[in-house]
Parts: sequence; structure tokens; C-alpha cells
Amino acid sequence: MSHYEASIREPLVLGDKSYHDITEDIAKPIEGAANKNWYIAFYISLAAMLWGFGCIFYTVGTGIGVWGLNKNIGWAWDITNFVWWVGIGHAGTLISAVLLLFRQKWRMAINRSAEAMTIFAVFQAGLFPIIHMGRPWNAYWVLPLPNQFGSLWVNFNSPLLWDVFAISTYLSVSLVFWWTGLLPDFAMIRDRAVKPFQKKIYALLSFGWSGRAKDWQRFEEVSLVLAGLATPLVLSVHTIVSMDFATSINPGWHSTIFPPYFVAGAIFSGFAMVQTLLGIMRKVTNLEDYITRMHVEYMNMVIILTGGIVAVAYGTEFFIAWYTGSPYENYTYLSVGAATGPYAWAFWSLITFNILIPQLLWIKKFRRSFIITFIISIAINIGMWFERFDIIAIVLSKGHLPSTWWRFEPTFVDVGIFIGTIGFFFVLFLLYARTFPVIAQAEVKTILKSSGEFYKKRRAQGIPTKPAIIATDSSAINGRSDNNLNG
Amino acid sequence: MEASKVIHAFYTDDEVLLDAVKEVKAAHHHIEEVFCPFPVHGLDKAMGLAPTRIAITAFFYGITGLAFAIWMTNYIMIEDWPMDIGGKPSFSWIENMPSFVPIIFELTVFFAAHLMVITFYMRSRIWPFKDAENPDPRTTDDHFLMEIPVNNNEEALVSLLAKTGAVEINIVDKH
Repeated sequence: MSHYEASIREPLVLGDKSYHDITEDIAKPIEGAANKNWYIAFYISLAAMLWGFGCIFYTVGTGIGVWGLNKNIGWAWDITNFVWWVGIGHAGTLISAVLLLFRQKWRMAINRSAEAMTIFAVFQAGLFPIIHMGRPWNAYWVLPLPNQFGSLWVNFNSPLLWDVFAISTYLSVSLVFWWTGLLPDFAMIRDRAVKPFQKKIYALLSFGWSGRAKDWQRFEEVSLVLAGLATPLVLSVHTIVSMDFATSINPGWHSTIFPPYFVAGAIFSGFAMVQTLLGIMRKVTNLEDYITRMHVEYMNMVIILTGGIVAVAYGTEFFIAWYTGSPYENYTYLSVGAATGPYAWAFWSLITFNILIPQLLWIKKFRRSFIITFIISIAINIGMWFERFDIIAIVLSKGHLPSTWWRFEPTFVDVGIFIGTIGFFFVLFLLYARTFPVIAQAEVKTILKSSGEFYKKRRAQGIPTKPAIIATDSSAINGRSDNNLNG
Repeated sequence: MEASKVIHAFYTDDEVLLDAVKEVKAAHHHIEEVFCPFPVHGLDKAMGLAPTRIAITAFFYGITGLAFAIWMTNYIMIEDWPMDIGGKPSFSWIENMPSFVPIIFELTVFFAAHLMVITFYMRSRIWPFKDAENPDPRTTDDHFLMEIPVNNNEEALVSLLAKTGAVEINIVDKH
């Protein structure tokens, strides 16, 4: 029977849940009122976001000169933040697409939120190159549009333009993937809404989803094909971001291992951010039965793997920089020069947060602890920010001539915009957590019988998952249902 | 259109529903529709639905995107305004092709994904401001609804369905 799973596997849904209980649990955060903690978090995020918008207006009104950039370091915080946010945006599609192809059922509890995180993170990422243009109202010049500037087209040889195509494709495909999965869940909220306005809103959001057998057949096929398309897409995005650096001729950037190493780093940081967000969300929304210790452990295993790939890449870069014997290679971001120079603090922050601290996850007890996972995930978020800062600022701070030896000092505007994007991200995520079904409940219902604790226990006792057939009670026949609203 | 009668049989379990569908089909009744809160594997086969061809459309949309990207890079970079960038002049598309691969790949995915999803929405008739058509709101929660048209065989159908474990059987005038 399809509802079979080896008894050795831990249950994915805890408690004695029925299909209706899942509906109730997922609808509760949307239908209930927000608590005080939500409002506190929301207002702090909103304040940070407004501060960031103020800094953006100041930058655009005055010019990029208000940033800490100088004649040598033309990229610094902005591009660091851009790459950091794009990297975070990698876990969502990885969880929903790659894990779908691998038939990993545990993804169902986390894919919705991870994809929301992806979309919100890519929004933040997209802001930075646009602000960095200085004249953001000309941002549409990156599109290949016929224009009046003498048939001037965009340059398809440039990795920066590849980025435009990769990130906009990634954002839009992630968005439709996410929304298509949301349709049945919005329909569930719609059909149980009591307030007319709420019903209208969710009717609009659900696109009139009715759940016909044919719709579900297409839905599953579309999900599978989208997963197949999104898998190479997600790998291509950070590959192309890494080419912004790798196709240049700067020592430290001109590195052939950048594409795979950036992709691994992106997944590493993306999963860390998922751990950070879900660690809080499972508590706040009372979804501990769905996002369990085992989900946390599985994600930690992905973090160990991708973190290991990143550590090996660091080692390779460090070794090659030393092995070339080239003096120019001795000040790349992973080199003796960087480890002992004026940016030693940034170098050692990277090593500590990104390589040393995540190794604690090899210990099973830590891997299964919510608190320790949360702390380590924060460390990885910081470490991955430093990785990009080191790659950009340290490498650019020492050119081939002593006249190009400059340091980078961020101004309050640099910091303010970064804080603003963090605020903006959390504003979006908090609003999402209150208004969207945060778990793909229709999908979770499909695995309840195979992976739910209740049914697993019953199966161990030899009770079949299929209930006994009871002939319909005569009072239930030809009853005019009051619920025939759409009939 | 004149009113026609249908039977709505409700189930609360996917396995019971699947067996019921098989029994109704075995008794040679036409099943108009089954509304489900979540996908039930094997239901489409049991109902006799043809496999969906949406993946095939995605393949052709992808080919379209690929062709468009090739045409676009050739027109823009080679024909309309060839430029000498970094000592690498734009003489022929095939020689410059390696640096167009990322764009060609992204546009292939873009076309395949979006056009497939649009096709899905059009074929399943779902779009913003579309009204839902599930007859009972419980079908997005935990109830499965089998809709069978009635052609002077009301009693036979009801007695058949009652034995399959339906929790509720209604006879409804469908407009």
C-alpha cells in the first residue's frame, strides 16, 4: 500500500492528528490575533526598515559618495550584502525542488517558509545593485530594450548582465512555484473563513482553486517539472554570481573553484537562515508537532555537508595562494597576508564562525538541540557575511601597486542600508507568518498516514491505516447539506 | 441549461474513497468529478482520467525559450550593433556563443516554467478573481466529494454508495 513507511523512521508529524487537526493547526495563526511578541518584533523590524529607507533616500539624493567606497574599493558593503542575501535565498528552492526530486518527505513541513524566505531575501539582494547604480530610475537600462541611444544594447558578454537574467528568472520562477503550492492552502483558509472580507481576500489569493481530481493530477505534474527546472536554476544563480568575481583578473577572485564553492556556501548560509527563522516560528505559531527535532537534525546534516565543502574550498584557496609563491597572491582573502594584516580580525571571524563553530554539529546531541542549533545558525549567518566581505574588501584593499593600497571604512549609511534590509526582510516574514498558511498543509496530509506518529504506532500494532467500512447512516442520506454554498 | 440531478457522496478517508471510486466504476456508473483536499495517488487512474500532457508542453516551451535566446543574442550582439569588447570582436555567433550560454540557459528555464504554469492555470481554470467551484467547503479540509450524475437510477446509486462507506449522501439539483 502507498501508506507504508519503514517503522525505523521517526515520525514526521507528532501527536494523534487527523486530517482536520492539521487544518486547524495551520489555520490557527492566521485566524487568531497576534500576540505581544509579534508586535514587538514587527515594530523593531519596521523601525529598522524605515531607517534603511532613509539611508537609501540619502544615498540616492546625495550620491554614492556617502558610502565608504574609495578609488580602490569600488565594491564593498553593498555587494557583500547583495551576495549574502542571494546566498540566503538559495535554501528555499533547494528544499522545495531538490528535496522533492529526491522524495524527501521532511521537506513538506519547511518548504513553504523556506521559499518565503527565499523570495524575501532575493528582494533584499536586488535592492543593492539597483541602489549602487546611483541613478536607480535608470535601472531598466539593464534590460535588452530597443532604445533611442543609437541602438545601444546591453552586453551579453558581461557576467553582471548574466546576473540580471539569473536573478530575475530565479525570483520569478520561485514566486510561481511558491504560489502554485499555496493555492490549495489558501483555498482551505477561504473555505473556513467566517469574516466576509477575509473570505474575499483568500478567495482572490486562491485563484478559485477547487481541488478537482484533474487539477490535482496537473498540480503534481507541474510541481515535479518545476522542481526539475528549478534545480539547475538554483545551481546556476550562485554560479553566475560567483562569475562576477571569477571572470575578473584580480588575484583572489580569478579562481576556477568559485562556482561550486559559492553554490555550497549559498546552501550553507540558506539553511542556517532557515534554522534561525524556523527555530523561532515553530514556537510562536505552536507548530512544534510539524517542525520537529528531526527536521532540525536533517537540516543540520545538510549544513555539515555544505559547510565541509566550503571548508575544503577555503583550504584549497589558502594552499594555492601560498603555493604560487606570487607576492600578489599573498594578500588574497585566504592567505598568510590576510591572516596577519590589518584585516586579520575579518579573516579570523570568517574562520571561527564559518569553519570552527559549525563543526560542533558533528555531535548528535548538539545537532538535535534547538537552542544550540539556533546559536550555530546565527554564527553561520555572520560567518557567511564575513566570507563575502573578505572576498571583496580584503582583495581590493591591496592592488598591484602601493598607491592602490587602501582600506575600507563603512559609513553609517553603509551600515544603515544593511540594517534596513534586515528590517525589511523581517517585516515581510512576520507579515507572511500571520497571513499565509506557513506549512504546506495539503502536502502534509498526504504523508500523515505513512509518517504520522499516530498511524505509525497503529501500524506497529498491526492495525491497517484504512478504517473499517461502515454503511452510510440513513439519516445522512439525501440530507440537504447547509454547506452547499458554491453548488 | 435545464437543471440536472447529481449525487454528492462524501468520504473522510482517502483509502475508502479510492475503493469507492473503483466500486462505482466497476458498476459502470459515470463519475463526473471528485473533489479532494489533497492529492490522492492512484485516483486519476481509478477514475479513468487520461495522463496529463503538461510536462510535454513544458518541453516545447523550453525549446521556444532556447530558440528565442539564440535569436536575441545573435541579433543584438552580432547583427544589430557588433562591438569590440576587450579585444574580443563580435564577428560570429558561434565564436561568441560560450559567453551567451548563461543567458540562453536562463531564458530556456524562464519560458518553460512560466508558460507551463500559465498553461496549467488556463487548463484548470484558476486565476485571480475566479470563483471557487467546489460544491462544499469541507472538501478543502478533510472531506472528499464524489459527484455522480443521476439518470433515473437514484436508488441504485444511493444503495451502492451507502455500502462504500460514504459519510453523507446528498442529491442535489445542479444548475
